[in-house]
Amino acid sequence: MKPPPFDYVAAATLDEVLEALADTSLEARPLAGGQSLVPMLNFRLAAPERLVDLNGIDELSRIEETEDGGLLLGAMTRHSALECDPRIARRAPLLAEAAPFIAHPQIRSRGTVGGSVAHADPAAELPAVLLTLGARVRIARRSRNGESGSRVERTLDLGDFFLGPFFSALEPDELLTAIDVPPSAPGEGTAFDEVARRRGDYALAGVAARVRLDSRGVCDGAAISLVNGGSTPCLMKEAAQTLVGEKPTPEAIEAAAAACAETSEPAADMHASEAYRRHLIRVLTARVVSHAADRART
Amino acid sequence: MSRAGGTWVGARVPRNEDARLLTGRAQFVEDVEPPGALHVAFVRSDLPVGRLRGLDVESARAHPGVHAVFTADDLGPLLRPGAVLVPPPPLDGLVFHARTALPLVRDRIRHQGEALAMIVAESRYVAEDAAQLVEADIAPLDPVVDLGRALDDDAPRIHDDLPSNLAAHVRQTKGNYAAARARADLVLERRLSYDRGIGGAIENRAVVAEWDARADRLEVWDTTQAPIPVRNVVAAALGLSESQVRFIAPFVGGGFGPKIMFYAEEILVPWASIQLGRPVKWVEDRYENFFATTQERGQLHEAEIAVTREGRILGVRDIFIHDSGAYDPYGLTIPINTQCTLLGPYRVPNYESEFRVAFTNKPIVTPVRGAGRQHGVFIMERLLDLAARGLGLDPVEIRRRNVIGSDEFPYNHEIMYQDFAPLRYDSGSYEATLEEAVRLVAHETFPRERERTQADGRAVGVGVVNYVEGTGIGPYEGARITVEPGGTVRLATGVGTQGQGHFTSFAQIVADAIGVKPSDVRVVTGDTSDFHWGTGTFASRGAVVAGNAIHAAALSVREKILKQAAEALEVDPDDLELAEGTARVRGAPDLSVDLGALAVNANPLRGAVEPGTEPGLEATSYFGPPYGTTANGTHALVVAVDPETAMVEILRYIVVHDCGTVINPTIVEGQIHGGVAAGIGNAFYEELVFDEFGGTSNASFMDYLLPTSTDVPPIETAHLETPSTLNPLGTKGVGEGGAIPVAAAFAQAVEDALADIAPGLEVLDIPCSPGRLFELLRKLREASTQAGETA
Ligand SMILES: Cc1cc2nc3c(=O)[nH]c(=O)nc-3n(C[C@H](O)[C@H](O)[C@H](O)COP(=O)(O)OP(=O)(O)OC[C@H]3O[C@@H](n4cnc5c(N)ncnc54)[C@H](O)[C@@H]3O)c2cc1C
Repeated sequence: MKPPPFDYVAAATLDEVLEALADTSLEARPLAGGQSLVPMLNFRLAAPERLVDLNGIDELSRIEETEDGGLLLGAMTRHSALECDPRIARRAPLLAEAAPFIAHPQIRSRGTVGGSVAHADPAAELPAVLLTLGARVRIARRSRNGESGSRVERTLDLGDFFLGPFFSALEPDELLTAIDVPPSAPGEGTAFDEVARRRGDYALAGVAARVRLDSRGVCDGAAISLVNGGSTPCLMKEAAQTLVGEKPTPEAIEAAAAACAETSEPAADMHASEAYRRHLIRVLTARVVSHAADRART
Repeated sequence: MSRAGGTWVGARVPRNEDARLLTGRAQFVEDVEPPGALHVAFVRSDLPVGRLRGLDVESARAHPGVHAVFTADDLGPLLRPGAVLVPPPPLDGLVFHARTALPLVRDRIRHQGEALAMIVAESRYVAEDAAQLVEADIAPLDPVVDLGRALDDDAPRIHDDLPSNLAAHVRQTKGNYAAARARADLVLERRLSYDRGIGGAIENRAVVAEWDARADRLEVWDTTQAPIPVRNVVAAALGLSESQVRFIAPFVGGGFGPKIMFYAEEILVPWASIQLGRPVKWVEDRYENFFATTQERGQLHEAEIAVTREGRILGVRDIFIHDSGAYDPYGLTIPINTQCTLLGPYRVPNYESEFRVAFTNKPIVTPVRGAGRQHGVFIMERLLDLAARGLGLDPVEIRRRNVIGSDEFPYNHEIMYQDFAPLRYDSGSYEATLEEAVRLVAHETFPRERERTQADGRAVGVGVVNYVEGTGIGPYEGARITVEPGGTVRLATGVGTQGQGHFTSFAQIVADAIGVKPSDVRVVTGDTSDFHWGTGTFASRGAVVAGNAIHAAALSVREKILKQAAEALEVDPDDLELAEGTARVRGAPDLSVDLGALAVNANPLRGAVEPGTEPGLEATSYFGPPYGTTANGTHALVVAVDPETAMVEILRYIVVHDCGTVINPTIVEGQIHGGVAAGIGNAFYEELVFDEFGGTSNASFMDYLLPTSTDVPPIETAHLETPSTLNPLGTKGVGEGGAIPVAAAFAQAVEDALADIAPGLEVLDIPCSPGRLFELLRKLREASTQAGETA
């Protein structure tokens, strides 16, 4: 369980990072919190030739409350900041609620939002939570041959980012630099819950939900996404849609939960059969949507 | 029968070893880094079953930084199967086929992780890089994975020279079960299973060897639980005399059984050091540990209980298959433990027990904490629960009606135990632990006083089960105690230490005998240059066997001290007392002499040692019990089950136990806490998942779920003390009792919690993971809907 040899680049600026990633003739990978990458190296499941350490770059760890009422999270925002930073609790309480479910305190103090999203693990909490919040990702790379300027940036809806298990829209020379979380609307409530074998384990299943109620208490917007509900972190649009135009009665919630379980595509693994996961998705969706609706009412 | 009670025995003495352990100064094998050491990585087979047709190690040999690559072809006379460490007891009709592994695979691979080659390099990193360059040409063979089918006629054969995969067959009976069954008011039969698990020590195995060519001596640091036997095997294998080889088992980060085994690495690493003339170090990593270190537990039972209307046991029949893995170097200890421990604290007049041991293509099975006892307890306690349900009795009540009374000792179960002696209980407190546990968990009032369903929708249930643990078996241990001129006392014993608190418990025994403080006793364990007779730390025997050897040595030293002091003070020895590191005249404490001064007197520079006497205040003693002493206890727990998610939380855990004389309650509680944690792991979390080829799918702590601090509740303990009649200290073992009844208690409590929601639920398979519980609940629901439809 020792990693194979690799080059290590301790980048001091974003440009140095992009420079180090630009040479795609050799396999390079950004090193963020290392909490997923280093175990993969030690198991020799990954053997990049170059690691580009992001830990020295301050601009990647900024957290900003934006003027529109949303949040900007630098890629190197630690999970522990989501848990503790008052700006997060103010602007996106769902992130603060979900963060303690990620691993253990030691891992949360190193693991990063950008790393978690880039890793594109369908079992991870943050991708699902950020999908529920309608987040967008900012991506940068060095200009390739013939392109003008030194840097090329793009943004992407998170819904278009996850392409498969551990597979995202990032190109090898691209870096995820930040995440934009849109402001929450009035009358909105959010909630998260999951079932894991032990505290801190990856969830057998988890659900994040956002419910918006109008002044009559009728749902006029909803989003639900699943942890371990399919091969990618996934938004359950159909199931969420069943709530819209309805009051969040137990029957309406149960219907949405059933729809969510039905349209989910959970995989079986050694910890849970497909049937068990689907069942958990139904149970958790009902609990979480009901919780979110309660919060929307108050 | 004497309780050794003194100033120190029985007291909560803070541990002598803690200062070193907690400040990072304790020496572990991993810390040993001789200058110039080379590092080993083994190339292990990923394929669990196959024929090794070729092994190309040339690129590995040529890799920069590699000093040597050894394969089976390089081993010469070392290439022979390992020893059978524990031969089976002489039972009538016994069948036993011993098959052990070669140190490196020559042609046949029988389980994942068998070592194909040994790479010795400048660093572990380089060694692992080179390991990736080795190319093994392996022709896969059909695997035997499913224990239930391992003994089928058409199962592929794991050892070609045997007619089947049967490793052993044992039948033991008492009375006449068939006749008892015919008389019974209720007979229940069930299939039950208890799955595999690992030892899961924090520290994996490690060996550091240094051959000193000038001194002609080999020094080996090893994480073994049995430094003396391992030293003897290694010396013999390498053609060295035992005195040329020093084994040191320093602080070891947990043993739990697998480190009692003898492993090929323990010969290969020293051998490589001799070959290369350099110190050589190997530290097992966590991944290797899942294959290269032994495991425990797979058993399938078909069990039956026959009871009267009043719930009295007439007889039990149990037929089971035990999974030995690919080899069986540890004989039949585990299944015999299962067979014997099943009887527990109960009167079982008729017993029929038969087991077959099967070879499978899985890692080797040898004792892990509990060593098969948990299976026996699980079977018996489950049968009692089912019988109680069938008779409309409370589970506690059926136990009350069957436990052996305190006036029935010694109690002979009339079958043979793993120590080759009949299964006899020397003493115990079966009614008392049961009643105390029932009182502590408030069992009688439990369903009424507490709402079964809590506000959060979870259902609450209680479980109460018993166990008897065979402990403290022979053959023997020894100890040498020396009072040094400075007044400190040195104690050396052969057993190794893996966190049991030996440095304190042992010191307490010495302290009481010779009037010093436990902190004045320097304990040395597990160093063959200090003490080289004994077997090791296993089977909950340290405090019993080593403890009583220490007690005997301490009494001998006490005699010597009194004799010296009587001469020095010119008084009668009977007028002396030993206290505060001195010998002093009773009633006249000013007339005293330090132990240190007496030690100097006892080792004169002039003047001869008289015939028949020895210099120094030193004595060596040995203790070997006639047979094992039996500890007992009752566990009670309260669980909350979420019927929707099938998640279970343990709300309370109560252990009332009796291990005879308690030397140090804090240390005993530590043993219990660790044991219960291991039991909780077995019951709910830990499971080795094998694929269809026999490969382990969850060889890491990410997917192999050990319970963590957040999963183990605070454990409430109560100590009862019924001294053993088989040793002067009155001690019994307590190393495994914490672990063995947990799954049975857990199963009873889960059923109790769901009694209204899922009547008829039976938890018969361990681990009872939430996924498994979900399946059980789903099947019950389906069955009841079907019943509803047909009605
Ligand atoms: C014991 C344990 C338990 C865990 N449990 C959980 C859990 O329950 N839930 C959960 O969600 N996670 C869990 N994790 C994973 C943890 O949350 C990781 O922190 C996270 O998945 C990855 O973040 P990181 O910053 O450590 O990324 P790294 O490990 O450094 O990198 C992960 C991958 O992303 C790439 N990458 C990193 N940053 C960027 C970037 N800015 N742009 C482009 N690519 C990038 C890396 O090159 C690498 O391929 C656990 C980890 C451990 C060790």
